[in-house]
Amino acid sequence: MTTAANTAFRPQTATRTDFDVYKVRADFPILARKIHGKPLVYLDNAATTQKPQPVIDAMVRYYTAENSNIHRGVHTLSELATESYEQSRATVQRFLNAAEAREIVFVRGTTEGINLVAQTWGRANIGRGDEILISAMEHHSNIVPWQILCEQQGANLRVAPVNDAGELLLGEFEKLLGAKTKLVAMAHVSNALGTVNPVRKIVEAAHRFDARVLLDGAQAIPHLAVDVRAIDCDFYVFSGHKVYAPTGIGILYGKAELLEAMPPYQGGGDMISSVTFEKTLYNRLPHKFEAGTPHVSGTIGLGAALEYVKSMGIESIARHEKQILAYGTKRLREIPGLRLIGTARQKEGILSFVLEGVHPHDVGTILDQEGIAIRTGHHCAQPLMERFGVPATARASLALYNTMEEMDALANGLQKVREVFA
Amino acid sequence: MSELRDLYQDIILEHSKRPRNYRTLEVANRKAEGFNPLCGDHFTIYVEVGDGQIRDISFQGSGCAISKASASMMTQAVKGKRTEEAEELFQKFHHVVTGKNGTESIELGKLAAFAGVSEYPVRVKCATLAWHALRAALRGDQHAVSTE
Ligand SMILES: Cc1ncc(COP(=O)(O)O)c(C=O)c1O
Repeated sequence: MTTAANTAFRPQTATRTDFDVYKVRADFPILARKIHGKPLVYLDNAATTQKPQPVIDAMVRYYTAENSNIHRGVHTLSELATESYEQSRATVQRFLNAAEAREIVFVRGTTEGINLVAQTWGRANIGRGDEILISAMEHHSNIVPWQILCEQQGANLRVAPVNDAGELLLGEFEKLLGAKTKLVAMAHVSNALGTVNPVRKIVEAAHRFDARVLLDGAQAIPHLAVDVRAIDCDFYVFSGHKVYAPTGIGILYGKAELLEAMPPYQGGGDMISSVTFEKTLYNRLPHKFEAGTPHVSGTIGLGAALEYVKSMGIESIARHEKQILAYGTKRLREIPGLRLIGTARQKEGILSFVLEGVHPHDVGTILDQEGIAIRTGHHCAQPLMERFGVPATARASLALYNTMEEMDALANGLQKVREVFA
Repeated sequence: MSELRDLYQDIILEHSKRPRNYRTLEVANRKAEGFNPLCGDHFTIYVEVGDGQIRDISFQGSGCAISKASASMMTQAVKGKRTEEAEELFQKFHHVVTGKNGTESIELGKLAAFAGVSEYPVRVKCATLAWHALRAALRGDQHAVSTE
């Protein structure tokens, strides 16, 4: 009975071989709306993605028919909710090809996942004089938690440089590795440039020095097939909302033996197995890291989102997005005075640029009048902006529902910007 | 396009391309920075005050068209004014860019060109950044002012 009720939450998982972007668009109700009387052209997907109907439905169904607290009740609804929650964990496990479900910890998002590792694994394993190695293209959420940890522990933060195309200088990175390096924390895909980092090589090199590796997968998960066992990373974190799931839910993957040895993050209900005033025994993995009532509907939305992505086929999505990116790159290169920031050979879904004589903020306002949503600013990567000598960029970022026509709309919008500022 | 022109009026575009009083001021005895962390706009305002009067004023920095034009036109508007008058002008300017416009746009003269900003709430901070920095400079507050 429980399983029957729960399968109702799941969309069909048969993989579509022919990727029809117009059919896909029909799954996303918000794409039908107009902005300033023009059709919405949503190109701010690196900030957050829109949600398909199956995800919205799964969450509505949960609140309509199953809502209750998990892991605590013997009553039917609590059992149903618990099962949905744990099924989502299993969906994430399969999506990442993790060895075990207990290696999947539900967190609020990438930011919380990184802070969790910093404050538990980090405080237990990083000491005075140790080094944490990051790259010059990190999001603030993969910089600041390590700065805090370094301050607490007397450790040092090292930064591997990037070249003018925005690619990690692998040789420089390897030179920075040493006996003191305890952790490498790096983006799988850069949110400001779209650069895909050579994560296999990074992990291999780090492991030679016995350093652990955390990968920030926030921008990789919607675009690439991620296999944490093939990559062999020690931790992998991502946010649900960047892969068509709701906000407020994310994933920390960690190798079981590391998670087992780590102290808990927050104390409270669900993370304990017994409490007396003298001594508390912590719960098993992953519950040790899931104190308090979690975002149950969020986990259900995340499960539905990953099933949705799987039903499209991540390879088909990647192929489609590559075409759009290539076409968009070509159209933008035709615009006089436009400079692309981030031209890595391995790149996903991001068109970051500056337009000569026009501040990105003005670009954003004018495009918005055309119904085109892009992001302007430093993209939470101020050190990277400094590296490229710009205070900010305009960034168009892609998702599976973007079309060639939208790249034309963007290019036409940018021509309008040039006219206003001519 | 017509709506956009309300925001990007010719005088605003012109000042953003050729900002006036865009330099450091050697004789400045007041100085303050304005910073908008959201978009990275960053200006320094230099003021020479004597006997309660703004004798000279200049600015430097980088930002969007709205913030740069606003800084440029502000320096023109307040030069030679008494410090209290400059504060009053900021009050009126603030009302106009936030849409609480009474008869003030008439008194603002050229600065009334910024009335279109009231249709773009996220851009109000751009228009007022230099003014906030000016106020900090006049009040002798050396800390950078932030619009966040
Ligand atoms: C590469 C990268 N890391 C981390 C984050 C932070 O994610 P969240 O705000 O969902 O915790 C983002 C999103 O902005 C990102 O793009």
